Amino acid sequence: MTRPMRATAVGVVFAVFVAGVTMLFLYFLNYPPTVAAAATTGSSGQEDIHLQAVPALGTGPHPTYVSYLADINGKWVHTTMFELKANTLVHFTIDQYDTGSTLRNSFMDQVQGTVDGTEVLNGGSPVRIINDNTDNGIGHTFSIPTLGISVPMPGIPSAETNVCSVAPCDSSFAHNTIQFTIKTPAAGLYPWQCFVPCGLGWPYGNGGGMSTLGYMGGFLKVVA
Amino acid sequence: MTQPAGSQATPRPERTDRQHVLRIAVIWVVLSVVGMVLVYFVWGPHMPPGKDSDQARVQQDGNRILGTIAVPVFVFVWVYLGYVLTNWRVKSSTPVDEVGDGPPLKGHRGFQAVWLGVTTVTVLALFVFGTVDLAHNDGAGTGSGQVPIFTPTGYNTDATKSKLLVVQVIGQQWRWTFRYPQYGGLETAQMVIPAGQEVQYSVTSLDVIHSFWAVNLGVKADANPGVNNVAFATASKIGSVNIRCDELCGLWHGAMVTTGSVVSPADFKTWVTNAQATYQQLIPFLPPYADIYLPQSDGGYYDPGQDPLPSGPPPGPASPSVIP
Repeated sequence: MTRPMRATAVGVVFAVFVAGVTMLFLYFLNYPPTVAAAATTGSSGQEDIHLQAVPALGTGPHPTYVSYLADINGKWVHTTMFELKANTLVHFTIDQYDTGSTLRNSFMDQVQGTVDGTEVLNGGSPVRIINDNTDNGIGHTFSIPTLGISVPMPGIPSAETNVCSVAPCDSSFAHNTIQFTIKTPAAGLYPWQCFVPCGLGWPYGNGGGMSTLGYMGGFLKVVA
Repeated sequence: MTQPAGSQATPRPERTDRQHVLRIAVIWVVLSVVGMVLVYFVWGPHMPPGKDSDQARVQQDGNRILGTIAVPVFVFVWVYLGYVLTNWRVKSSTPVDEVGDGPPLKGHRGFQAVWLGVTTVTVLALFVFGTVDLAHNDGAGTGSGQVPIFTPTGYNTDATKSKLLVVQVIGQQWRWTFRYPQYGGLETAQMVIPAGQEVQYSVTSLDVIHSFWAVNLGVKADANPGVNNVAFATASKIGSVNIRCDELCGLWHGAMVTTGSVVSPADFKTWVTNAQATYQQLIPFLPPYADIYLPQSDGGYYDPGQDPLPSGPPPGPASPSVIP
């Protein structure tokens, strides 16, 4: 092989390598798709955001992972990046389709950091505590530790047969609807997560979707 | 002054080894003294972790002393390197065929004896210094395991009987919570402690290995599941406490930070009263206080200190499941 040919071959291999690394980098940057589900202004002037927590995503590289989805203009999108306005009341509505279990720490039984320290469960009266040791346990929590916010969401009955298996879940499936309002802080990026050991199949539920960004964890992107 | 025409410059006589050693020693001593003074008196008072607790002050003193002792070593390495480069380098005018190895190194018993003697004494002195510091300061804020060797007066292995204020630090992916066994097992999201009172930190984890680091208090103790790691510290200054996890523990390790508070004893009592009111309904749902909390096989439920766990319904009120 002549010297120019060797140089060309090396150049091509190097270019392919760089392109591969770049593509891999971009893939990891963009997966799960970081669509920012922006809250919308409701009739009362406060911001509204609608989410659902599902027992299995059903698609993508981790179809068995539990996950959150966000309602963006009437369409459910797999994202855990939520964009909110700073210093604003934001009303969350979360449809919780998963079964529950006990919490790792029952401290998170109590609703914390919401506007009045309560959540509304299935349109009933506001409640402060969900006992994770009875009934259906806690399906997931929506918690922002750095802001002192944690909202437990009861699971659906384990004997329930009308269970959603693939996201997005239609409201005809068994679910609990949890509503609460928070006051957003100053602009910044705030991580949120679930505190239920919901990584099915992992030791003590500590892995899988529980510890993967884009499933049971994400960011609140609070903007000015 | 210009050299008279026709005359030759007088070559500078080669320095003897003794002269080189003397020059290196003088430079080393002068720079070391200056450096030690700067490190101890200028940098030292600003060294971490500060002076927000008795134990932090001890650690800062240790850092000052260790830093000061390290100066001569640091300076010697750089002075010697610099001296070699400036005095014994091969001149660019030296013909290539004259460049060769330096003289072979030979053993020197006197030098070796001094070297071994100085380093041995230094290490032993630091060992004694560190041990005395630990012993006189109740472990100097370090996690000392389940059976700490250096304990303060009033310490009791049974946290509920301890005369110290016991704060149980519970790590889990990815947050800290704090229990106060002497106040009915109260658990809170924020750590609040009184100034001027020695606190026993009983550190444990509910899942993986974390490390409780109250940075400015100089308290650092690994949080291991199934282990009660005890540390002691007396906060000396009212203010905030920077708390973080110092063990890579997963996705949100970097966000496992929180801010605690050191308040006056009176304010601490007020805070406890308010916290008990805030969490009054929740406390019955928490497991009884225990040194450790173990996972149950069904995935996630933690029951205090019982292995194997009892069968039957879990603790806590059986009903109602929802508290308005």
